[in-house]
Amino acid sequence: MDKKIRVLLAKPGLDGHDRGIKVIAAAFRDAGFEVIYTGLRQTPQMIVQAAIEEDVDAIGVSILSGAHMTLFPAILDEMKAKNASDILLFGGGIIPEDDKQELEKMGVTKVFTPGAPTDAAISFLKEAIAGRQSDEKIM
Amino acid sequence: MFASKFLDKLKARLADWNTTAEKTRQKKSLPRFFTVSGVDIDELYTPLDIKQGHDDEHYWNEIGLPGEYPYTRGVHHTMYRTRLWTMRQFAGMGTPRQTNERFKYILKQGGTGLSTAFDLPTLMGYDSDHPRSLGEVGKCGVAVDTLADMEIIFDGIDLAEVSTSMTINSPASMLLAMYIAVAEKKGIPSEKLRGTLQNDILKEYIAQKEFIFPPRPSIRLITDMMDYCTKHVPQWNTISISGYHIREAGATAVQELAYTLADGFQYIESAIETGQDVDEFAPRLSYFFNAHSDFFEEIAKYRAARRIFAKRMKNKYGAKNPKSWLLRFHTQTAGCSLTAQQPENNITRTAIQALSAVLGGTQSLHTNSMDETLALPSEKAALIALRTQQVIAYETGVANTVDPLAGSYFVEALTDQMEAECEKIFAEIEERGGVLECIEQGYFQRELAKSAYAHQTELESNERVIVGVNKFVLDDEKVDIPVLKIDRAVEQEQVAFVKKIRAERDQGRAQQALAKLREVADGKGNTFEAILECSRAYVSVGEMCDVLRECWGEYSESAAAMQVS
Repeated sequence: MDKKIRVLLAKPGLDGHDRGIKVIAAAFRDAGFEVIYTGLRQTPQMIVQAAIEEDVDAIGVSILSGAHMTLFPAILDEMKAKNASDILLFGGGIIPEDDKQELEKMGVTKVFTPGAPTDAAISFLKEAIAGRQSDEKIM
Repeated sequence: MFASKFLDKLKARLADWNTTAEKTRQKKSLPRFFTVSGVDIDELYTPLDIKQGHDDEHYWNEIGLPGEYPYTRGVHHTMYRTRLWTMRQFAGMGTPRQTNERFKYILKQGGTGLSTAFDLPTLMGYDSDHPRSLGEVGKCGVAVDTLADMEIIFDGIDLAEVSTSMTINSPASMLLAMYIAVAEKKGIPSEKLRGTLQNDILKEYIAQKEFIFPPRPSIRLITDMMDYCTKHVPQWNTISISGYHIREAGATAVQELAYTLADGFQYIESAIETGQDVDEFAPRLSYFFNAHSDFFEEIAKYRAARRIFAKRMKNKYGAKNPKSWLLRFHTQTAGCSLTAQQPENNITRTAIQALSAVLGGTQSLHTNSMDETLALPSEKAALIALRTQQVIAYETGVANTVDPLAGSYFVEALTDQMEAECEKIFAEIEERGGVLECIEQGYFQRELAKSAYAHQTELESNERVIVGVNKFVLDDEKVDIPVLKIDRAVEQEQVAFVKKIRAERDQGRAQQALAKLREVADGKGNTFEAILECSRAYVSVGEMCDVLRECWGEYSESAAAMQVS
């Protein structure tokens, strides 16, 4: 049997809106994932450090403040600096379509926007991580 | 209120009626009928569903007349016939100059009050050049670092005429102090200033999460400011006790009402503990509620709010001034009900929500713009939102009479039910040791997370329909409304400006004011007076908050509060 998917969820930046991330955390938990929610105002350093320590498959962040074009790249840079780019980074929030495309080009695996059902995030993670796990077996 | 003979007859008639209705019901498999908050609703409401008293006293105790205790029907005798609600559109973005332009635009278009949104660094007490502010400056509102920014925001606006609301909490005292200092420079005495400060820290711990300091010193900031305003800024609404954010974080209508009122009672008890007279400060307290999509549930919520508040103020806190019994409130339509899909539909949602606030007797109203799930409102979207209120006010006739839904069996029954449910939650809060204890235990936070998840689950199982999201979906939908973007230059400009102001001010005066603030914060005295002097001396919000952080420490959420449900 495949091991349980481990996800770290965090709120970067100064934004305190945590309704969405808590809903996602509950949905992931009910889908059988192991969820670590580190809370509000996490710096990129705190997020990446926790992800490494917790040995997670994915990092999910939620940003509703409009600072996404600063915070996502900062997390990606930190992942690179800590050799943690194998961890999958995804996120959600109030993010305009063209920013979403730019972020996905930069290396954020997936950006979810308002109205996305939790199921979409669950199946996305299952598929993406199953893909990675089978790659590992081949290697 | 109805004769018991009549009620007996009604019961008998209803039994017959039900036999016939049952035939229709059996022909279809019916869904569950429930409110946005998950409350089941009956098929029919009749006089049997209204609280019945043995005599007319019941009407006077529970409903009464508008402008009279218990204010269920409204806080003024004549309501909108003599004065419409204030159309107060929340605005603020980018630099102080851009916000000043938006304010002037709103006033020119017939807006009757201003409402200032601040950016996250300001809300969190960081200056624009602080490393944690990077990427956030001017995004969710306007950046304010020093008095110089406030001078620009209110340039050319008559502060003796306009009423200004400021959505700010942890550093609320600093922003009010700056507003007073701007007025001083324009030669307007603080006695003439009118407006509202949100200044509701309890709901920050519960829902919005923009807290800086721990609860007890935060409450001291508030009670010091209330004391100052009672003496020097008597027309200012010192706290806007807010259910809006609690609702947005996932609360049901009853949770919004109960938690908000409980927060209000906490401030009142705290102020009474410092020796202030309830009748001196209570008339300047106001409330702020959400208007969600469940039309009648929302109307019942506003009516119940007034009644519960009046009863407690009179009976529990012994307030004697009728002005202390009045629950006056601002309403904002529900941001969390808006959809990114087919965003134009948000205009319709907002209009219906706004109508419920008006029928519920709101004193002021903000209508959301259709594009708020995508970005900050564009000028066009903000104008449509204001026009929506004007259509309600001037075209629909709903403002012609006071509390037109009173006496509706359904609305009165819902109002009674709302009050009863609220009392149950008050009892639970009390049993857990009060509001501050509940915050520490994460009680409110967990309850909200549970309600939010239940709502999402209902949506995803299609038990609840959101038009354009899980039903009536457009294939290959593309957003085709203009979306506002904040230029990155805003941040650079603001960072340069705060550095310049800090370098050019009278350093002696600034340092002396900061030292005095530290002394007061560490010991006794009124923090607001010290903050006012700092503001006059162009000390920045970040500098003042840093001193208070050093004196009082910073708050962070307990593990219990972070649990997801």
